[in-house]
Amino acid sequence: MIKLMDKWRITNHLLKHSSKLLFDRRLSANSHNSVFRSALECSESLVKRGFGNASTIRYRCFGSEATKFERNAAFSTLNSEDVSYFKELLGEKSVIQDEDVLLAANEDWMRKYRGSSKLLLQPRTTNEVSQILKYCNSRLLAVVPQGGNTGLVGGSVPVFDEVIINMGSMNNLITFDKGSGVLVCEAGCILENLVSFVDDHGFIMPLDLGAKGSCQIGGNVSTNAGGLRLVRYGSLHGNILGLEAVLANGDVIDMLGTLRKDNTGYDLKHLFIGSEGSLGIVTKVSIHTPPKLSSVNLAFLACKDYFSCQKLLREAKRKLGEILSAFEFLDNQSMDLVLTYLEGVRNPFSSSMHNFYVLIETTGSEESYDREKLEAFLLSSMEGGLISDGVIAQDINQASSFWRIREGIAEALMKAGAVYKYDLSLPVEKMYDLVEKMRQRLGETAKVIGYGHLGDGNLHLNISAPRYDDMVISVA
Amino acid sequence: MKIMVAIKRVVDYAVKIRVKSDRTGVETNNVKMSMNPFCEIALEEALRIKESGLASEVVAVSMGPAQCVDTLRTGLAMGADRGVHVEAAGQLYPLTVAKILKSLVEVEKPGLIILGKQAIDDDCNQTGQMVAGLLSWPQGTFASKVVLDKEKQLAMVEREVDGGLETLELDLPAVITTDLRLNQPRYATLPNIMKAKSKPIKKYTPQELNVDVKSDLEVIQVTEPPKRKAGVILSSVEELIDKLKNEARVI
Repeated sequence: MIKLMDKWRITNHLLKHSSKLLFDRRLSANSHNSVFRSALECSESLVKRGFGNASTIRYRCFGSEATKFERNAAFSTLNSEDVSYFKELLGEKSVIQDEDVLLAANEDWMRKYRGSSKLLLQPRTTNEVSQILKYCNSRLLAVVPQGGNTGLVGGSVPVFDEVIINMGSMNNLITFDKGSGVLVCEAGCILENLVSFVDDHGFIMPLDLGAKGSCQIGGNVSTNAGGLRLVRYGSLHGNILGLEAVLANGDVIDMLGTLRKDNTGYDLKHLFIGSEGSLGIVTKVSIHTPPKLSSVNLAFLACKDYFSCQKLLREAKRKLGEILSAFEFLDNQSMDLVLTYLEGVRNPFSSSMHNFYVLIETTGSEESYDREKLEAFLLSSMEGGLISDGVIAQDINQASSFWRIREGIAEALMKAGAVYKYDLSLPVEKMYDLVEKMRQRLGETAKVIGYGHLGDGNLHLNISAPRYDDMVISVA
Repeated sequence: MKIMVAIKRVVDYAVKIRVKSDRTGVETNNVKMSMNPFCEIALEEALRIKESGLASEVVAVSMGPAQCVDTLRTGLAMGADRGVHVEAAGQLYPLTVAKILKSLVEVEKPGLIILGKQAIDDDCNQTGQMVAGLLSWPQGTFASKVVLDKEKQLAMVEREVDGGLETLELDLPAVITTDLRLNQPRYATLPNIMKAKSKPIKKYTPQELNVDVKSDLEVIQVTEPPKRKAGVILSSVEELIDKLKNEARVI
């Protein structure tokens, strides 16, 4: 338990010491053309303002390739002494220089970004992480933390030759309290494994995403992953009860509380949630898991326009109320893409003349009550003209096949060629305007599709082109 | 011609099964129940035959506790015309089910009975064959293709057998049990779900059908299969030899 003074001291330490190290050194002198990852930029201007320096104006450019910026010469290059040190510290098995492994670790899931790291480390304990960072700090070696490497924006791979610190070996489940549902585990645990584990005890993880088979909880926390159930269980800021992290200089911050309510001191863990590794490497996570409810229903619906989708959302929040657990939407073009590129997927509707599709999931404790509620809601929506057609999954297999359509869009996009991805949070009314505008602008050169968590106002705007082409960017 | 389809309410295929702590059976409380996947395929085939004009009516039959009505409603939502629920408490074994189906056949007089080849909870694969035996009707089991000839009153059934595909010609009335590759069942659409609410479900008890549900079988114990020991990844040949010698004692 961190006391108030400790927390204050740590905050001070954090802002003064490690951030300066991490940020200032990553900037080169003439960097006003640079592309920054958003966390860096925001925090950087914060730090600079905090220290009284004039905040410089930076502008961002979006591109398919990172606009060329230089490797900061202040960072050292890896040498054989470093490698020997790591081998002594971690053991031969955890120090990887194998070319095939490095090839995969240097490249992101989208195959868009590739680094040139020569070393991958797999620490097994917090202490090892701390030692690694301490050493790298003293040697001025740049590092990149890596989890499941499922991120879609290039945040999990090195830009240049940073040492990759892969958290995959820290995959122990530490404790699980069956009464409160509080799970404490190491950051390298794969989300799907955590889901199976808590399932055995009658609980579920509060987040669910398409990458669950490979993504790690530490990465989910560091990116503040949302997922399909945010509309019901809220974001990680609400569900994470505690964290343990290692700062850039090797200091370990223990914020690993397991209490549902703890107002002592500053709640520093929130800074780490979503900080994308820029403040420290998350090593342990304490998360609150909701009880698993037995009755899950899933409906796949067709709407004729975006306005109906919005209205349907408003009605669902009112009429389905407490049992609503997911509300997703996809447009006709997304459906086409999935049907074309994925195997074993079929359109739940016989005709393909629908413009929008909505997935509504309900989770509750009483099967017949929930079913009645859902059917009544859908019937009245149909009579009101909000939905033109719909199917309800009759068993778990059918439900999985509906989810496959929505969760498979990213995969289908990959197979279709080059993808420009934009994950945007917008006011719900304006969400689809952007898609239509982009469609107008791009015409025949690329396919624009929109889908996402309508329930949270989160649009995944994707532009699919046969190959990466700067011309697409210039139009967009 | 009327088609009768027998459907069973079972633990959903995707659920992780747990054995009850008193070892009398499998945990079914708070567990998702659905229509047996093979029964779904049977019903889908019946509906396709009706849609091609070769049958006039599809009747779905289910036996068991009151919740069977939910499964029947799903069947009606897929497109069956009527439902029949035989209410019976306790475990019903294939022979009892076959006897009840025989009595129902005498009432409904269908020209074809389609069932799933087996239920995923007991994997018996007996009911279809027993019904055919009791009625002295021909049977085409593990059907992967069914083609009806109305004038000649025949059913051509392609069966999946170990050696390949076998084609049988059955005189109607007949019993067919369905295998996985026969068809892909349709989804229940909202308009059909609503229509299903007004379709009739007739209730019977086994006594009304003159069937004695007492079984000759008794389940003594249900246990989980022994857990497989996890494999161990070894780092060298020396370690392997050491383990084979000292732990497994095979060399």
